[in-house]
Amino acid sequence: MKMPEIDRSVLERRGAIAKRLRRIVGHQWVLDSVAERRPYECDGLTAYSASPLLVVLPESTEQIQLVLQYCNEQHLKVVPRGSGTSLSGGALPLEDAILLVTARMNKILEVDARNRVARVQPGVQNVRVTEAVKHLGLCYMPDPSSQAISTVGGNAAENSGGIHCLKYGVTSNHITGMEAVLLNGDIVHLGGGFVGAADGEFDLTGAVIGSEGLLAVITEISVRLVPQPLTVRVLSLGFRSVDAASKCVGAIIGGGIIPAGLEFMDRKVIDAVSSMRGESRHPDVEAILLCELDGTSAEVDTRVGQVEAIAKEIGLAELQISSTEEERTRIWDLRKSAFGAMGKIAKDIYVTDGTIPRGKLPEMLKRIETLSKECGLAYANCFHAGDGNLHPMILFDTAKPGDTEKAEAFGADILKLCVDLGGVLTGEHGVGVEKRDLMGHQFTEVDLAQQQRFKCAFDPEGLLNPGKMFPTPCRCAEFGRMHIRNGQMRFPDIPRF
Amino acid sequence: MNSAPTIRTPTTLHPENTAALVDIISEARATSTRLEIIGGGTTRTFGDAVTADAVLDLSRLSGIDFYEPEELVIKVRAGTSVAEIRDVLAAKNQHLAFEPPDYAAFFGNPAATGSIGGIIASNFAGPRRIQAGAPRDAILGVEGVNGRGEAFKGGGRTVKNVTGYDIPKLMTGSFGVLAALSSVTLKVLPAPPCEVTLLLSGLTDVEAIELLSDILGTPADLSAAAHWGGPLSGSLLTALRLEGISESVIARKAELENRLRKVSDVRTIAAEESRAFWRGVRDLSAFSAEPAACVWRLMLPGTKAAQVVADLGGEAIYDWGGSQVFLRSEPGATAKHALTIRSRVDEAGGNACLLRAPAALRRQIGTFQPRTEALTALRERVRRMFDPSAILNPGKIVSLGGS
Repeated sequence: MKMPEIDRSVLERRGAIAKRLRRIVGHQWVLDSVAERRPYECDGLTAYSASPLLVVLPESTEQIQLVLQYCNEQHLKVVPRGSGTSLSGGALPLEDAILLVTARMNKILEVDARNRVARVQPGVQNVRVTEAVKHLGLCYMPDPSSQAISTVGGNAAENSGGIHCLKYGVTSNHITGMEAVLLNGDIVHLGGGFVGAADGEFDLTGAVIGSEGLLAVITEISVRLVPQPLTVRVLSLGFRSVDAASKCVGAIIGGGIIPAGLEFMDRKVIDAVSSMRGESRHPDVEAILLCELDGTSAEVDTRVGQVEAIAKEIGLAELQISSTEEERTRIWDLRKSAFGAMGKIAKDIYVTDGTIPRGKLPEMLKRIETLSKECGLAYANCFHAGDGNLHPMILFDTAKPGDTEKAEAFGADILKLCVDLGGVLTGEHGVGVEKRDLMGHQFTEVDLAQQQRFKCAFDPEGLLNPGKMFPTPCRCAEFGRMHIRNGQMRFPDIPRF
Repeated sequence: MNSAPTIRTPTTLHPENTAALVDIISEARATSTRLEIIGGGTTRTFGDAVTADAVLDLSRLSGIDFYEPEELVIKVRAGTSVAEIRDVLAAKNQHLAFEPPDYAAFFGNPAATGSIGGIIASNFAGPRRIQAGAPRDAILGVEGVNGRGEAFKGGGRTVKNVTGYDIPKLMTGSFGVLAALSSVTLKVLPAPPCEVTLLLSGLTDVEAIELLSDILGTPADLSAAAHWGGPLSGSLLTALRLEGISESVIARKAELENRLRKVSDVRTIAAEESRAFWRGVRDLSAFSAEPAACVWRLMLPGTKAAQVVADLGGEAIYDWGGSQVFLRSEPGATAKHALTIRSRVDEAGGNACLLRAPAALRRQIGTFQPRTEALTALRERVRRMFDPSAILNPGKIVSLGGS
């Protein structure tokens, strides 16, 4: 993985830069020693690490503004970071960049139950929002599996998903506004504190969400709160074939039912979990669908009956339906312990994150099987079936020479296949450094150049989170030359106007 | 840059495919020809005044590229009429959940047919916005041609997609100043088989908005919450819609009725009567009969809406539980009150947009809420990165340069 060239002169100025930044955020909130910087060397994508120039922990928008203004003047690179749970290297430090950590900005500033929004600082952990509004009968719906640790700011930067996206949407559908600071120190307010606030002209709120820390540093977020569903039930549907499970997904959705969650697990995952938990499964079960339904009890009961009928029509080997909250939790444990269980049977696991149109699942799984045989590495599949988001787990052993490279190549092939089948490289983990060099498989040069120019509007010097998302660095100045050339050379003589 | 325009204005260009669109915009760029982009023409009179040398009519970029009901996705060319899309989806019991409004009559162009590109470019949503979001929440992918004459795409066709910037969202509400859209890919949802509307009368604005806010915070799952009021209004009416499968609607209706009966008499309408009622709300039919009246669209926290309207005066329709208010204003008084309206709504944390007014008035006071210097500068930089010569819809958002 090629990262931007390190500017050695910046490393020599570490002490002087630390001194200046300490004047802004306070002495103890700039970490400069090797030992203090070490815990920040990588995020959730542990294969890559680098020691940041300095770790800076501001506590307010004003401090972030001053830090960014200073970095802009000094031409210093900045990598923003929440809790560092990114699985794509979005918060991977650079040796000549300061790591701007939002951990101290962890206040829920306002809960406005009447307008069903909460205004929070970026360092608030996702789960704390729901905890803070539970007593009002409300919740914050986006629930990435990292929610106990990951922050709302990080979720916004990555446009995080979770298991409830099919019915409730992703993070960007739940953010009504934000405050952000640009690298030049400009503070901008996008959208606002009510549902619909981002709907006017120019949806920059939507565009900053999912921008992976490349456009601006988000300093405040207004999130939408929704009433907690009254009743939630889950069905565990065991099918004799992957095709049958896949057909059931199409039949449920085609039948006008939008489950709150619809999760798929293949035989390998089921076996791993069963063995870990000492349970036995029906030997014919090749795939399990977990289908969660929520709403009023009348609606949920009707829907449970409908889904059961659809599944039985297709043919079931095994069926469980929760009637109590306890049963629901137990059924979900199967899915929640999947990654842990795979960890018990494999030395290392590499999880990828492509999305495909749902109906392509059987074809996708056949082709992954072929790829697995070709490269000699085993895999298992968990899949947000409702929204087509695939999480194949590649099993490998870092101690074995060449295995890591093989696993990465296998992962890359799976993601390219997702694009070839009409899907995308990443559904919820982000591009980061992990998928950066695959972007050309999904986008044309024009598409990528347009996106990079968009970044130039926010960060013309390319100082914010460089080396992420795009395979080649952006040089905003070059775009000026390019367009003049295009403008002059294309169709100079055709009269039309 | 190039020879003088050879065709006298106003010329209307009708590209039939993306290649032709690329050619047109490339040439426009080369010849500094400014283009006004139109789809169905429904909302042409909305926004600030466009100064253009030619009209780029996208209505022939029409048709459905694919529609896969089981995948809940449809890809259509930008000029496709919303009515056609509605019919195609209805045949499979699906719909665009954000309830795209048809403002043709409201804007005084009753013959016009709204295009999906126009809806995306203006980010207009109907009453169901409170439950199902706006165009920004339904859009999955876009294809278009930027002001440099380059065809580009953004997003994809799946709900879960974080690959690259969310260019599709950026296009919602962009009013054609970034790119001419050639196609859009949208999330669709099953249409609710059953609907019922509960009507209350006699509540004051404050009482009604408080009630709606109460109920929007419960699992009643309203799909619309509106109120007719304002100090000058003669008929105070509050409407709440429930949609879903019949079992669910019946159960929620019973519960809601019990609660509402304590406040006022409740009248119920269902099925086609309810659908027609909400079509009227969606399309602002109440204002269509009176084309000379100015209409402001205020977007603000619902809880502050009643007070702001009381301060401003004027007949008002509150939609989205109060977060979107349509405020009627006499043309003679509109200019005088514009500053007051804008500053009151700004204080409340929202924005005011002059939705309908005579051209001269719009020119005088501007359509959109002025933004901070930093945000205006950022928007202008974004615009330049898509359309460096400001040839696409110049003037549509007057605060951007190049008008």
